[in-house]
Amino acid sequence: MNQVIELRNHLLELRHFHIRLAVAAIFVTLLFLVLFSRFFYLQVLRSDHFTTLAEANRITILPLVPNRGLIYDRHGEILAQNLTTYVLEIVPDKIRDLDLVIDELSKLIEITPVDRRRFEKLRKENTRFKNLPIRTHLSDVEVARFAANRYRFPGMEINARLLRHYPHAELVSHVIGYIGRISDKDLELLESNNALENYRGSSHIGRIGIEQSYEKELHGITGFEQVETDVAGRSVRTLSRILPIAGSDLILSLDLKLQQAAERAFGEYRGALIAMDPNTGEILAFVSKPGFDPNLFVDGIDHINWKLLNESIDKPLNNRALRGVYPPGSTYKPFMALAALELGKRSPDYAINDPGFFSLPGSKHRFRDWRAGGHGRVNLHKSLVVSCDTYYYMLANDLGINAIHNFMGQFGFGKKTEIDIPGEIVGLSPSPEWKMKRFKQNWFPGDTISIGIGQGYNLATPLQLTFATMILANNGHAFRPHFVRQIHDSKTGRLYENMIKQLYPLNLKNENLMRVRNALVDVTRPGGTAARAGANASYTFAGKTGTSQVINIKQGERYVASKINERHRDHAMFIAYAPAEAPKIVVTVLVENGGSGGSTAAPIARKVFDYYLLGQMPEPLQSDSVNNRRD
Amino acid sequence: MESINRFWQYCTRYIDGFLLGAISLLMITGLIVLYSASGGNFSRVSSQFVNMLIAVFIMWSIANIPLQQLMRLALPLYFIGIILLIAVALFGEVQNGARRWLNIGITRIQPSELLKIAVPLMMAWYFEKTEIKLRLRDYAGGALILILPILLIARQPDLGTAILISASGFYVLYFAGLSWRVMGSLAVIAAAAIPLFWSLGMRDYQRKRVLTMLDPSQDALGAGYHIIQSNIAIGSGGITGKGWQNGTQSQLDFLPEQSTDFIFAVFSEEFGLIGNSLLLLLYLIIIGRCIYITANAPTQFTRLVAGSITLTFFTYVFVNMGMVSGILPVVGVPLPLISYGGTSLVTMLLGFGILMSIQTHPKLVKT
Repeated sequence: MNQVIELRNHLLELRHFHIRLAVAAIFVTLLFLVLFSRFFYLQVLRSDHFTTLAEANRITILPLVPNRGLIYDRHGEILAQNLTTYVLEIVPDKIRDLDLVIDELSKLIEITPVDRRRFEKLRKENTRFKNLPIRTHLSDVEVARFAANRYRFPGMEINARLLRHYPHAELVSHVIGYIGRISDKDLELLESNNALENYRGSSHIGRIGIEQSYEKELHGITGFEQVETDVAGRSVRTLSRILPIAGSDLILSLDLKLQQAAERAFGEYRGALIAMDPNTGEILAFVSKPGFDPNLFVDGIDHINWKLLNESIDKPLNNRALRGVYPPGSTYKPFMALAALELGKRSPDYAINDPGFFSLPGSKHRFRDWRAGGHGRVNLHKSLVVSCDTYYYMLANDLGINAIHNFMGQFGFGKKTEIDIPGEIVGLSPSPEWKMKRFKQNWFPGDTISIGIGQGYNLATPLQLTFATMILANNGHAFRPHFVRQIHDSKTGRLYENMIKQLYPLNLKNENLMRVRNALVDVTRPGGTAARAGANASYTFAGKTGTSQVINIKQGERYVASKINERHRDHAMFIAYAPAEAPKIVVTVLVENGGSGGSTAAPIARKVFDYYLLGQMPEPLQSDSVNNRRD
Repeated sequence: MESINRFWQYCTRYIDGFLLGAISLLMITGLIVLYSASGGNFSRVSSQFVNMLIAVFIMWSIANIPLQQLMRLALPLYFIGIILLIAVALFGEVQNGARRWLNIGITRIQPSELLKIAVPLMMAWYFEKTEIKLRLRDYAGGALILILPILLIARQPDLGTAILISASGFYVLYFAGLSWRVMGSLAVIAAAAIPLFWSLGMRDYQRKRVLTMLDPSQDALGAGYHIIQSNIAIGSGGITGKGWQNGTQSQLDFLPEQSTDFIFAVFSEEFGLIGNSLLLLLYLIIIGRCIYITANAPTQFTRLVAGSITLTFFTYVFVNMGMVSGILPVVGVPLPLISYGGTSLVTMLLGFGILMSIQTHPKLVKT
């Protein structure tokens, strides 16, 4: 009986067990269905999505950076090149205590304070780049030393890079400019120009000068490479490749030797000199003294060197030739004289009596001539040769400001010359409209008088003066001033030439031009203001001296150079061309605080002519040049 | 010839041919995937093959043990396991922040692995003893057997093993007849306890794993990386797969742990949905055979042990595939019979040995 109950219980229990087992089997099946539906979701419904992700994982598109185009002078002398150099690069994200690691590193490889400061600055300015250079131009010994200790420095590596190098450093710095590392700001600009894609992988961009204005030509076209990479980012194999197209090489019209001659002719003076071929508008020399070493900027300048350059009283970063504005002074007179003839306000023979000053009717204010007591009887020819002020005071008064303003516009005063480097300044060719806009004041007759001698509100850059002189020298052709003579396109292998462009026609009477030009020849002859500079020249050259006031001299006082602070002395100016009968070269010289144009500026122009026409190189300066580089 | 035949018959007496066939098929699949996952490393495949031979031998040995003796093993195995766990807690070696290993001079062992078999055996033994008329306090006794090792393992910490052992113990309780109502209330209590467990019972990295499972992109470079990459591998496999040794995710090392815990992602990427379905089917066949054996098991003890082993095996499969495909948090559970590694293979086949022993030894009729 007992046995039967137990057996029945046992059977009942077995039944219960089997029910539970069946439930478990159903449970297992259901969960397997869950797994299957998950697989179905991933592998069928979302398959495309994950396939794309897998491809993105595996395939990396690497930019192939094109080599930047080289820059040569007109005789093939290299001005900007790419040097292969070993660069020690740091990935800051991978290093916890940067200072400590750099300290450690400096026991192995020399890291100067400049390197450190530059690196710090780069870190602040560049968020896009993973690796930043701490040291460039490593020697083979340093490379080997680092390689042996590499395991101690994770997040650092030595890479061979092409580094932009300017072999002539300060000499042509204001022309060539420099490239710098692409900053976040540059990126925004590139993006707005739809050029960002072409800069994938590029680290540098032109900052100023030729490097900036010809950025498009110099940069080249970035190539791309599709590579399969593993999880560590190492490329396993290349799938496809579009090669980059190197940037075009530029051949400048600049003559490096002439540039050197001009630099030497300056001696220790500050200032600017531009030499131009008046028949083409090609710039032959372009000096702004002092210059700076553009190589400092290539991988980011450190703040101390920057401060030195930026705050120097000599303003080496200021491109005086392009951006320095000065009252043109007496160099304005040839154009005034031409205006007088062209507009029929003066005949060549008309002469005035110069008492040494000019006063407007009913005014006691005296506009003084530079020569106390005056020059006596002065006609147009003499007015240029001796640089008579009174003649031009009267002429200005007779012409009136509007006529002057309109006439001078043709010679580029108050306008851009459209030179092919960026940043030029337009100066100022004053007019009643301008005065009203600027000062909310009417133009007074008295304002016109000093305009006649290139003073007053008048402001021009040395480049503008060169432009105006060119028109004078080539009998009325306004060529666009330019540096680039030829572009060697590395894609097509073609050489693009003929960059000469006439901006607009000038209708000037030849006889008027010749009268002015004849007078300018006599400026460099005995009796002229530049007679000393012209002495014993084997060619004829024409020029006009100028002096540009830095401070005003009170009524009744005299200008005595020795009594005035050196930096407040007048700027000496000279515009010239040679040979006078068929000019090959136009030169503008500006010597800051140089005193009078005849004594300081004109001899510099003479030395430049002597080199260009006769091949005589001036002696280099003996004293050490100013060293504005600090370690 | 005759004698060889007899020897063969003698050897395979206690082997379930059907189960062994299915298991072998899986293990061969495992070797094939492993070859691809290890980037064509034949030494890895051969060392896993040796592991398999050892495991099969152990399975064979266990299959030859008669049931009564198996039952006798339960108690000592369990206590040895507990003692070893305590020893680990006191003298264990720390690796990756967890104290799981014990150095016994010749080699290092992971005692928690032993408990995977010992716990269900011990619990089945306990319920066999109190076979008739189970009251709630009997279940409490069973639960106590379970809780002690789980606590010791969970504090190592080894959440994966603790969960699997809990599951194997729970399955014994379930088959022993724990009332549905009690299980229901336990489920409610468990659900209610989750927030408490979340804030007090879990370590930071464990919490992170759960969060990562819910949204891998939150930590795409850290813990979420594994899940994202394995989902990409599975998803990009599509229906037919990329072909053996052609999985880009695995061949280019985007997959983590690709020959061990994440080997299923390699398989999925290279063989696609078709391969996955066949693999699921193979597992289902093995589990089906195990359920069949369980259903025919002669005693309460054998039924409970067989049922627990079957469902634990299933749990391994489900947890691993669920984790790799991103529906469960990442816990270190290998894919049975496929993942590289000897320990889990031995544990697995030891379980199958027990099932074979149950199936092949003469059924004892209850008297």
